[in-house]
Amino acid sequence: MPQSASVTNAPFHGESPSSESAPEVCVKIANFNAWYDSFQAIHDLSLDILRNQVTAFIGPSGCGKSTLLRWVNRMNDIVPTAQCTGSLRINDVEVLSPSTDVVHLRRQVGMVFQKPNPFPKSIYENVAFAPRLHLKLRRGELDELVEWALRKAAVWDEVKDRLNAPAFGLSGGQQQRLCIARAIAIGPELLLMDEPCSALDPASTLAIEDLIYELREQYTIVMVTHNMQQASRCSDQTAFFFEGRLIESGATDDVFTKPQQKRTDDYVRGRFG
Amino acid sequence: MIAVLAMCAFATIAITLGIVVMLVTESWHFFNSQYVSVRDFLTGTQWTALQSKSIEDAKFGIWPLLSGTFRVTSIAMLIALPSGLITAIYLSEFASPKVRATLKPALEVIAGIPTVVLGYFAVLVISPSLQWLTNGGFDAFNATSAGIAVGILCLPMVCSLSEDALHAVPRSLREGAFGLGCTPLETATRVVVPAALSGIVSAFLLAFSRAIGETMVVALAAGTQATYTMDPRAQSQTMTGFIVEMIKSENEYGTVQYYSLYGVAVTLFVITFGMTLVGQLVRRRYRETYA
Repeated sequence: MPQSASVTNAPFHGESPSSESAPEVCVKIANFNAWYDSFQAIHDLSLDILRNQVTAFIGPSGCGKSTLLRWVNRMNDIVPTAQCTGSLRINDVEVLSPSTDVVHLRRQVGMVFQKPNPFPKSIYENVAFAPRLHLKLRRGELDELVEWALRKAAVWDEVKDRLNAPAFGLSGGQQQRLCIARAIAIGPELLLMDEPCSALDPASTLAIEDLIYELREQYTIVMVTHNMQQASRCSDQTAFFFEGRLIESGATDDVFTKPQQKRTDDYVRGRFG
Repeated sequence: MIAVLAMCAFATIAITLGIVVMLVTESWHFFNSQYVSVRDFLTGTQWTALQSKSIEDAKFGIWPLLSGTFRVTSIAMLIALPSGLITAIYLSEFASPKVRATLKPALEVIAGIPTVVLGYFAVLVISPSLQWLTNGGFDAFNATSAGIAVGILCLPMVCSLSEDALHAVPRSLREGAFGLGCTPLETATRVVVPAALSGIVSAFLLAFSRAIGETMVVALAAGTQATYTMDPRAQSQTMTGFIVEMIKSENEYGTVQYYSLYGVAVTLFVITFGMTLVGQLVRRRYRETYA
């Protein structure tokens, strides 16, 4: 596990995920089931997600990987038909309990979506949006935080001269990195990425992959992807889903080179999916 | 076949041009008259086209009518804009499908009420209520009751156009805001409403033009005295109200008094035309910023 003590943490966020005393497991999922209406999307799933690692969720469409991801920050709350049972604990705190403060949870768990979705505001305002809402910062501190987040998301050099320009003027890849900057600006410790590169060209995809690999020094990252090469390039752990069940999980190298299950083997070799 | 379609399209333009030409030529008789000076028309605070016995005494200053229109329209907008926008936000972001299914048709019913009925409602219900509430502080015919009725009239328009604009904001923006820890209310006010701003502003401007041009309600409820005042409790003849009164009056076609209605009509046209232009500019401006 990489030591994050040497990594500078976000300014002004106070609490930092200290790696010394923290358990290695960041998210512990146990006996998890999820439904949309009467359709069961996930069956009795148990999985540990390790801190400061990139975990890739792979599997064919409709296998439940996005559903699971959207339960980690309770994004599925806004889907009226979505229901679940079981346990999903982040740092030993139950996420699925009705008393969970979802606003606090989503500050702790950032999310990056399939299609870049910057707000129709300036580049600066996009990054400053959540800090303005949740943290009381003075103007100068906010400027510093915005710069920090944009640097961290490897997009600062491209946008520093036009922070007040509309975010829609950026290319798709830049927009996605802006969305990553926006997500890390409130100091989450976990980042969820739902196919973050599926709408991007190959060059932008590589830039985002590099970024994801670097960000894991400070964040725990869960990434849904359809792209086998991407999973093998930039993840440490891989979990393979099929028809709502977790078939196999483990170190990425093991899953790709010596899978235990035949279906995993077939899938990573591209025989179906 | 295409020629027929094109003719239909050009007919609209031809009709519009025809109206403009008529307004300009008829009002020319008014502005060109020896009893009327354009300067007094634009700056005068007395309007006695209907009251004065002879043309020599008549005063043609537009401000009493403008102030009447302004008072009624302001009160209408004070009612229609906030409640229309809030209703739209509620319908688009918070209401359950069941509530939506009841509330939307109810609003459309308001849109279907004939304005003459709303005018009588203002005279028979709103105005007496205001007098009762203030111990007779309001005139029987006053700007406030007319304004409230016009506000009710504009409400469904503001609401349904704003709701369309809010509805068109992509779901991904809402998810982005939720993902950053916004409450549903913060998502609505800080992301969805700003993203729909151009649509909301043009809904506001359309409602404004509608309120300025509204005739039947003000003809019934606002009174017939053209006074230059900002007092919302007083009688207030609006520009449209004056045009109705003048057509109904005994002034013969061809007199300066009669032509004064075209002078007022041109002013009204310039104002609503200006609002439409501003609306276009606002739309374009925001569209640039909010791609």
